[in-house]
Amino acid sequence: MPPLLEIKNLITVFDTTRGRIKAVDGVSLSVNTGETLGIVGESGCGKTMLALSIMGLIPQNGSIINGEITFLGNDLLKMSANEIRAKRGNEMAMIFQEPMTSLNPVFRVGEQIAEVIKLHQNLSAKDAFALSIKKLQEVGIPQPERRAQDYPHQLSGGMRQRVMIAMAMSCHPQLLLADEPTTALDVTIQAQILDLISMLKEKNNMAVILITHDLGIIAQAAEKVAVMYAGKIVESSNVEETFADPLHPYTRGLIDSLPVGCTGGNEDRDKYLKTIPGSVPSLYDLKPGCRFLERCPYADNKCAGREPILEEFGPGHWAACWNVRNIQKEKH
Amino acid sequence: MNFWETFYKNKLALTGSGIVLLLFLLSLFAPWIAPYDPGQIDLKNVLASPSLSHLFGTDQLGRDVLSRMVWGARISLKVGFAATGVAILIGTLLGAAAGYYGGWTDSAIMRFVDIMLCFPTFFLILAVIAFLEPSIWNIMIIIGLTGWMGVTRLVRADFISLRERDFVQAARSIGAGDLRIIFLHILPNAMASILVAATLGIAGAILTESALSFLGIGVQPPTPSWGNILTAGKDNIDIAWWLSLYPGLAILITVVGYNLLGEGIRDSLDPRLKK
Repeated sequence: MPPLLEIKNLITVFDTTRGRIKAVDGVSLSVNTGETLGIVGESGCGKTMLALSIMGLIPQNGSIINGEITFLGNDLLKMSANEIRAKRGNEMAMIFQEPMTSLNPVFRVGEQIAEVIKLHQNLSAKDAFALSIKKLQEVGIPQPERRAQDYPHQLSGGMRQRVMIAMAMSCHPQLLLADEPTTALDVTIQAQILDLISMLKEKNNMAVILITHDLGIIAQAAEKVAVMYAGKIVESSNVEETFADPLHPYTRGLIDSLPVGCTGGNEDRDKYLKTIPGSVPSLYDLKPGCRFLERCPYADNKCAGREPILEEFGPGHWAACWNVRNIQKEKH
Repeated sequence: MNFWETFYKNKLALTGSGIVLLLFLLSLFAPWIAPYDPGQIDLKNVLASPSLSHLFGTDQLGRDVLSRMVWGARISLKVGFAATGVAILIGTLLGAAAGYYGGWTDSAIMRFVDIMLCFPTFFLILAVIAFLEPSIWNIMIIIGLTGWMGVTRLVRADFISLRERDFVQAARSIGAGDLRIIFLHILPNAMASILVAATLGIAGAILTESALSFLGIGVQPPTPSWGNILTAGKDNIDIAWWLSLYPGLAILITVVGYNLLGEGIRDSLDPRLKK
């Protein structure tokens, strides 16, 4: 069976006054129904632009210049604006980072959920509102009849994110894109929201793309991981492999910079939190060679000369680094 | 603190809404409030000074000034609302398009606004009226057609900031189209400033109508309007002060009333002014 969503060599560029930058640079990935793919990386590495490219929602100064996004057998990039709009909110849906600002402040939350339903299903306003109460119940909001009459400012952050999820789920999408869905929430609510997403995924038999900068969330909620760095995927694998045997130095850096204890607590590790030195290179003046070069402890001449390409080192375990074998040798 | 609490504490805003409410009631119940028929000529009582039978005196044809002013309130209100309605409609549509789409749509619309603002509005109205019959309907439309630029700028500014908000992105992600986003998602969020602009606009429109009527190219006699009562007052100012004073005061109080109301609404909606 072909995957639900397959992206091949996607390049999304932005034209700015300082020139053209590639926010997403040759990304390929696939997601199957019932799977959660975690996309992890620092701020500005292109995670959100990847999600917006899938939804067909990239900002005005951006454009997709290459690639294929095959969803349910059709290439989304070949569709007209109207065709893709009919899919948004219906076959694929997205939830955003800031539940505080993602709801329209002047409408009752029940009306906002009902709007999605009315947009995609042929229901009367009354039936749609009744259905929206049912959706609120499904995402675990107590007293849904009363909450549906509330305005967003009357709800807490966790509640609002539940409302966003209810909106996203209201037409039973086959693909849910969650862009940092828990970043704005505190830790206990974070766990509840992740559980809710997993539960809904099982129940509705859909695929989830979970975008985050937090490997802890990936460990908790994802089955597959793609690590992004400066617009490219540098490593992809399943969750167990990624944590047990990270191949790319960036992935290792990310795992090492988790607080000790989360990853099993290595005795001889530094007592303090490790960090990755430096910052993400500016996409305006990328040098040839590996993008992680300046921050990489293993970098050598080969890395400066040519950009590494994704290679398969184990079954389904891909990484883009010239020194994977040396690093592995050092580890064992 | 919510809108109403702030509004109630604002004495000036309350005064303004009181005045506006009073004007509404006057206009609505004009036939019952006015002691005489506003067109009833009484040549035996020409330019009678204020007395118990004619509280505000009579004009050069012996018509009761109070009755004419009560009916004139109706005209003012009609012109104020209709002209502002036209201005708000045009301003909102153009401002929304400019702010939401940006790019050359924005440039084209805003340069058109700049061009329109180059004309001295009043002379533009005079010039247009010169070609048209000066009826109350033409007045309303022309005041509206020359008063939308400020609204356009205001709505555009609101749309530029609102279109970047997350809920707009969220609306796109559920499959809403541009028109739906503009009118159902962004516009309700811009209503507050449009409302303020409308309230202040009504004051301006009433003032313009009075000025045009005063010059004799606005509301035509015998239809009573505060402006054309003033015209009669001008001709007789040495012997009949009441013909100038009362309509002048009425215009002043009305304009102040709408301005106070508009500013009161604005202050109540502005979070920075909340204590």
